[in-house]
Amino acid sequence: MSGTYLGMPAFPEAARTAVRDATLRGNLRHATHTIRAKRAAAVAEVSDWAALREAGRRIKDHTLRHLDRYLEQVEASVTAAGGIVHWAADADEANRIVARLVRETGESEVVKVKSMATQETGLNEALAEEGIRAYETDLAELIVQLGRDRPSHILVPAIHRNRGEIRDVFRAEMGAWGRPAPEGLTDTPAQLAEAARLHLREKFLRAKVGVSGANFVVAETGTLVVVESEGNGRMCLTLPETLISVVGIEKVVPTWRDLEVFLQTLPRSSTAERMNPYTSMWTGTTEGDGPRVFHLVLLDNGRTDTLADEVGRQALRCIRCSACLNVCPVYERAGGHAYGSVYPGPIGAILSPQLRGTGSAVDASLPYASSLCGACYEVCPVAIDIPEVLVHLRERVVQGGPAVRGGNRVVLRPARGHAAERAAMRAARWAFARPGVLRTGQRLASRTRRFHPRTLPGPGRAWSATRDLPPVPAEPFRDWWRRTGGGADETKGAAR
Amino acid sequence: MSGRERVLGRVRRALADVPRDERPYEEVIARDYLREHGQRTPAKTADLLARNLADYRALVHRCAPGEVAATIAGLLAARGARTVLVPAGLDPAWLAESGAERVEDRAESTPGELDLVDSVVTGCAVAIAETGTLVLDGSAGQGRRRVTLVPDHHICVVRVPDQVVASVPLALPRLDPARPLTWISGPSATSDIELSRVEGVHGPRTLEVVLAGAE
Ligand code: SF4
Repeated sequence: MSGTYLGMPAFPEAARTAVRDATLRGNLRHATHTIRAKRAAAVAEVSDWAALREAGRRIKDHTLRHLDRYLEQVEASVTAAGGIVHWAADADEANRIVARLVRETGESEVVKVKSMATQETGLNEALAEEGIRAYETDLAELIVQLGRDRPSHILVPAIHRNRGEIRDVFRAEMGAWGRPAPEGLTDTPAQLAEAARLHLREKFLRAKVGVSGANFVVAETGTLVVVESEGNGRMCLTLPETLISVVGIEKVVPTWRDLEVFLQTLPRSSTAERMNPYTSMWTGTTEGDGPRVFHLVLLDNGRTDTLADEVGRQALRCIRCSACLNVCPVYERAGGHAYGSVYPGPIGAILSPQLRGTGSAVDASLPYASSLCGACYEVCPVAIDIPEVLVHLRERVVQGGPAVRGGNRVVLRPARGHAAERAAMRAARWAFARPGVLRTGQRLASRTRRFHPRTLPGPGRAWSATRDLPPVPAEPFRDWWRRTGGGADETKGAAR
Repeated sequence: MSGRERVLGRVRRALADVPRDERPYEEVIARDYLREHGQRTPAKTADLLARNLADYRALVHRCAPGEVAATIAGLLAARGARTVLVPAGLDPAWLAESGAERVEDRAESTPGELDLVDSVVTGCAVAIAETGTLVLDGSAGQGRRRVTLVPDHHICVVRVPDQVVASVPLALPRLDPARPLTWISGPSATSDIELSRVEGVHGPRTLEVVLAGAE
């Protein structure tokens, strides 16, 4: 990863600022609660959800465990279909490859469809340094780009902006990037979307180079899959003459048939739809239809370091549905920016420190940005045990130990200056000041007791080395009090 | 060292713990999920397709196989379409009753030219009832991907029951991954502004589906 956002404060500080911002909190609460309820309904519609989830987990795990073989197969099948495959060990290499490919076309602008991978590598900034302008075309990314802002949600990157703010950004900024906002633009979503349609259409129609990511790459056929809603993806994937797709190496699935699992779980889990409006699939190039030149850039950038960790590698199963963000009590209050990474929320808390290492204050504090409530694991369509990885990473931060960084084996030292437990304690203080978070956290702490470390972190370790930590009670005191009316009615059974 | 060797080398070192004789793919992937959700007659499957298409704001019209031309003519007239884009290989009978001017899609048609056409009529490769999805594969009558993307009004004809399947697992074996595929479930939409769903951002803002077959 190209590093944390510049000057990014560690999670507790950033979260504290965000929690104080009432607008942000209101927007986030509305958004996460809306998606959460819809998603539950969409998942309940399929009776075999648990079996689909298990199949997804196994397909991804199997692929990761034999990733070298499948990557070679991807290379062979994409090449056979007329594509050109490139390999990038890190963000800089990926950006250099893309910049070179764009320069070779003689063009100085590209249209982009939302892609976490290129956000992770900081591609837009790297291209700008080469004099190449990258236009984001996803509505939310456009809002973010025009507002000189940072995305705060995987799926709804402008979730922190309300309609009034969006109108103001469009009015003030569209003119500098191309077609200005229409006269008298109001803040109704339909009018805002229309303004974006007009603004972007002129870019799509003249674009010669498109840049995308992909949700899946099928090894046996060499097929890439992009799942989207707005149609900007189709525009970027089919109108330009040259298409460059930057794809993390963990996006591979072995067979065409495997898509039957993920095309059922991803839309329901992410946008709570039976199926998203548009899915594009392409295999190399097709004579007379779509780009004549197709480049696939396979990106490592810390993924193999993550793969080397037997507990942490499950994070690479992630299909970026963002369900875990929407159920997370910490995300709901702190917002995406507090995570200081393109991957916010629970998945960000386990992915960013693994991709980037826990060297910076924000990365060292991320494994603590959680109450270990387990809601993220419950909703995850590929069953990533996020609490398990969080606890594992906390131990890593506090105790140090062997790890792989940039492809090299290293032994991490315990976080210096007790930064880790300072971060932990601040995070705890932050949670304890908010009874709602604490309640959820405690209740779920009871359910997740098996994850709890037997020793305390940092200076507590010396203390707990000779003592057993008291086990977390099966039921938090607050719940016991409510259930029994303060002990008056012990006969009532526990909830569930 | 090339990027390729570096990445593959790192992958192999990272997987040193994985036993060489791990169980193969076929054994590991449990497929005990359903092939389709529920048992339906072909007629009920078509009903479900119509419902789910409509649920995602596609406009659904049902007609007998012999009424396709009249139905399309009616839809184009109601829309006030003066021009209609015709992908290569479209059944000429489908447009026989419409007075709209025909614009043939040619290899050299630019996106700008397609943008000036009012409507486009296509067939499809398969339609999925459970999800309300149409899949186009670019074969005869379905056009290059851009023809169903740039115009603002798309009419898609589905032959019922033979092009309709119940579920995603039943659709994939019918599709050829070597072809460019577009899966369409309702008109384009965004929920990026305070999560209010708005139809039609960049693709056709109006999607009309003609289900052609005996009722
Ligand atoms: S970790 Fe799971 S729930 Fe979270 S975004 Fe990834 S796949 Fe979705």
